[in-house]
Amino acid sequence: MLSDTIAAISTAVGEGGIAVIRVSGPDSIAEVGHLFRSRIPLNEADSHTVHYGFIIDPETSEKLEEVLVTIMRAPRSFTTEDIVEISTHGGVISVKRVMDLLLQQSKIRLAEPGEFTKRAFLNGRIDLSQAEAVIDLIRSKSDRAFSVALKQVGGQLSGKIKEMRHTLVETLAHIEVNIDYPEHDVESMTTGFIKDRCSQVVDQIERLLKTANEGKILREGITTAIVGRPNVGKSSLMNALTRENKAIVTDIPGTTRDVIEEYVTINNIPLKLLDTAGIRETLDVVEKIGVERSKAAVDEADLILFVLNGAEPLHEDERVLIESIRHRQVLVLINKVDLPQQLDRNALRTYFAEDQMVELSVKTHDGLQRLEEAITNLFFGGKLESGDLTYVSNVRHIALLKKAKQSLLDAYEAADSGIPIDIMQIDVRLAWEQLGEVIGDSAPDALLDQIFSQFCLGK
Amino acid sequence: MSYVAGSYDVIVVGAGHAGSEAALAAARMGCRTLMVTINLDMIAFMPCNPSIGGPAKGHVVREIDALGGEMGRNIDKTFIQMRMLNTGKGPAVHALRAQADKFLYQHAMKETMEREPNLTLRQGMVEELIVEDGQCVGVITKTGAEYRAKAVVLTTGTYLRGKIIMGELMYESGPNNQQPSVGLAHHLRELGFELVRFKTGTPPRVHKDTIDFSQTEIQPGDDKPKFFSYETKGSDNEQLPCWLTYTSVDTHEIINANLHRAPMFSGVIEGTGPRYCPSIEDKIVRFSDKPKHQIFLEPEGKNTSEYYVQGLSTSMPEDVQLNILRSIPGLQNVEMMRTGYAIEYDAIVPTQLWPSLETKRLPGLFTAGQINGTSGYEEAAGQGIMAGINAARKVQGKDPVVLNRSEGYIGVLIDDLVTKGTNEPYRLLTSRAEYRLLLRHDNADLRLTPIGYEIGLISPERHSQFLDKKHKVEQEIERLQKTKVKPSDVNPLLVENGSAPIQDGSNLLTILRRPEITYDLIHSLFPSDIELDEETREQVEIQVKYAGYIEKQLVHVERLQKMEQKKIPDSIEYEDIQGLAIEARQKLAQIRPISIGQASRISGVTPADISILLVYLEHFNRVTASREG
Repeated sequence: MLSDTIAAISTAVGEGGIAVIRVSGPDSIAEVGHLFRSRIPLNEADSHTVHYGFIIDPETSEKLEEVLVTIMRAPRSFTTEDIVEISTHGGVISVKRVMDLLLQQSKIRLAEPGEFTKRAFLNGRIDLSQAEAVIDLIRSKSDRAFSVALKQVGGQLSGKIKEMRHTLVETLAHIEVNIDYPEHDVESMTTGFIKDRCSQVVDQIERLLKTANEGKILREGITTAIVGRPNVGKSSLMNALTRENKAIVTDIPGTTRDVIEEYVTINNIPLKLLDTAGIRETLDVVEKIGVERSKAAVDEADLILFVLNGAEPLHEDERVLIESIRHRQVLVLINKVDLPQQLDRNALRTYFAEDQMVELSVKTHDGLQRLEEAITNLFFGGKLESGDLTYVSNVRHIALLKKAKQSLLDAYEAADSGIPIDIMQIDVRLAWEQLGEVIGDSAPDALLDQIFSQFCLGK
Repeated sequence: MSYVAGSYDVIVVGAGHAGSEAALAAARMGCRTLMVTINLDMIAFMPCNPSIGGPAKGHVVREIDALGGEMGRNIDKTFIQMRMLNTGKGPAVHALRAQADKFLYQHAMKETMEREPNLTLRQGMVEELIVEDGQCVGVITKTGAEYRAKAVVLTTGTYLRGKIIMGELMYESGPNNQQPSVGLAHHLRELGFELVRFKTGTPPRVHKDTIDFSQTEIQPGDDKPKFFSYETKGSDNEQLPCWLTYTSVDTHEIINANLHRAPMFSGVIEGTGPRYCPSIEDKIVRFSDKPKHQIFLEPEGKNTSEYYVQGLSTSMPEDVQLNILRSIPGLQNVEMMRTGYAIEYDAIVPTQLWPSLETKRLPGLFTAGQINGTSGYEEAAGQGIMAGINAARKVQGKDPVVLNRSEGYIGVLIDDLVTKGTNEPYRLLTSRAEYRLLLRHDNADLRLTPIGYEIGLISPERHSQFLDKKHKVEQEIERLQKTKVKPSDVNPLLVENGSAPIQDGSNLLTILRRPEITYDLIHSLFPSDIELDEETREQVEIQVKYAGYIEKQLVHVERLQKMEQKKIPDSIEYEDIQGLAIEARQKLAQIRPISIGQASRISGVTPADISILLVYLEHFNRVTASREG
């Protein structure tokens, strides 16, 4: 299982500097070499050398990105396997383009969380005493990736994928029944029928991919929740941040969750802002709901902006909220410093460090600069690395969608060349599984369940 | 009072399809073997349909034969119809299915077993296992006979606390009114085994002379029958047809009017039945919009007038069964000879087994067949031969033989059982195999005969024949590749067969890859120097034509193989691995997988858990190695 080739972005995703993509495994040099044009072909390059050149689209030979490629041959590398590192211009677009292209190569797959370290350990590069630390790393990265993946698949994307999978599993069940019950009076699945179904799903995938490119299902950035009691200034903060900073994606508010989402970049760091102020605050019960909604936003956030009113003492609801967020990445924003202050700072210091607290007035814009600096410090201090998991899981979705589309095209092509249905089935099934991976649904028994619920079988 | 009745290497309890394969395998591997069964007249009895094979099941029979088992040879001697199914589909799903003369089948198997030098047959009902120092070392029968052995294989079929149900009537019984095995079921529970209650059923049998065949469609066998065993070269068995009819509107009305008397719906039946083998009442309730269901009439043998009514499995009361039968075209005046029934029985939860089919709880005890929660003669026989092989190897101090999922349907079957368990009687389907294209009917010998030879069940003569065939296939593929052709050589042939002409030089292999070009066409124009029999030609054609897809699956298999080779020592304590998710830790501790491959197939164990397990194992192995070093 350690014989395949993996790739991942090994730097935090930002809009400045450079980004590094690391590829490790027996096919890394050949596969990257196939996409890279430089003076010396990569497969002839010496170990531990750096090469200037371009990532090209192998189909059109078009130059996509100007890059530096570092090559480290086995066993003299971190994982002891052949490693290729591609340094691109920083910024989401460049990295994404190269990563997308890599993942479309049949021999490269996206690394699992912590997989480079795992390989380094299994190949003897990391000391035995580090085993526990390696396990902790895999666990925490996986759990984090899992929760990111979960929140990504909510809503529309998941619904569309389930629909496509349903079409495919019905087709598969029909093929299977034809194979396993050849004497049953079940209508024969013809290659023509399978082709229709395949092209139907290919169309659906293409539509999804198109919207993905337009950025509608792609959500990139550090998920940032703005939480706090009503009237502490959450909406004003959101407005101030989005007005001052260019929103990189627009979205229809409130369609999938009861919060408003906005996309901004602060000092070139992409943020996805979730504003719980989107909840209407009309009745008494609202305060309670407000707290609950805030909790939901907190759960999925990489960063929490906790807004307090400096002109009021700490409220009981706020104490509850503090308990649930104190161990997360939090910035405490004490708003309304232009008014007479009643909030007890010392009470907050028992929960939060000094550099987590920012005094500001959204109304006068005093302190907004300090907030942006605090976010930037967190990001470049490496504390917000999980933000790029969101990004990576998008890249993963797109790669899987493209692979599923290719599988269906393969099935279609096979049908045209007179391949029997049980062999076409191999690619249709692969597409079904690849789509399942997008939404984390891989129950293999689903096909059997479908067979027996769709058809009346038995002796 | 008990008495010492004998001492053996291996004891097999039960003589059905699992028991007979297990006993023969152990005996042929040189173990002094005893087979004890309730009724010696029931050796290799078919309590349900008189047929063997079909998709996945037929593949298993070929695999048993390739390993040196008996089922293939026995059905080739006693078939009364042979059909190759799925011939319009790809080679991976071609499937041979035979109608058996069920009486001759039994007699032939009994004769083979009686002639086996190392095998003793004994009638008796085993009530208890002898357990010493936590090992199973023998059995005690109802009559007090105490037999000792180094390994015991239980193949109790549907006999454990068997209960027959027909409408309101219920009584304790094994299949076909045989004595049930009650004491042993209780004894297994006392030993701490977890048992489940499963259900299966069989349709009524009718008298041939009371069937009006003119109202049915004939279903003949193949003109040129093929065989299950690679050893069978020909047969002059006369073939009998089956007949197809359908349920009528009346049938459905009768069933609907009597549903209150159906044990399926009145709550009498507690066991879980299989979804793929529903009773007729179940089919009509669950698929109420289907206007008619197929009914096949199948002869049970050539010297009997009994016909099996396939499609009409039922546990309705006897009077209702007769009305149902007589509502079917062709059966208006039929005489019912045996009543259909449902049967409930105890099975052990198969996750209590190692992949060798030895129980984890009681070393020395193996189980195979329906006791492990499966259904079907072929599934039983496939487990039987593996349990027999592994019992014998244990006695001989050798490592167990475990087939991978990529090596055979038997591997898929056993891996599913011991890794995932089953909540209904388990039937093999080709869709359960992820490498269906590799697990073909035609290449069972290529996959398994080397293993059969190595363990001593395949004779040197047969092995050398096998090597010869394998060599010829390779030689011929090489010839096809080396034979260069010019457009003028092949274009007439291509055009004539609706294939596009070639522009440049090519070779025969490339031309054979075209779907419309068969091996025979190529051979007619460019004959081989060596004599190739039909099987060899078929093999060449399949390997060439589907090479692209086969390659793709082989890449996956290679990865799987590496995971299977990463063994997990049994001494590992999952409680100590802190990083594992709680669910994964519990499941792993329960199943105790033998390899990373098996661990990865346990539901609830995620890729992250597998990574963590790998890191832990590496740590464990390095620490162990440094201690030993």
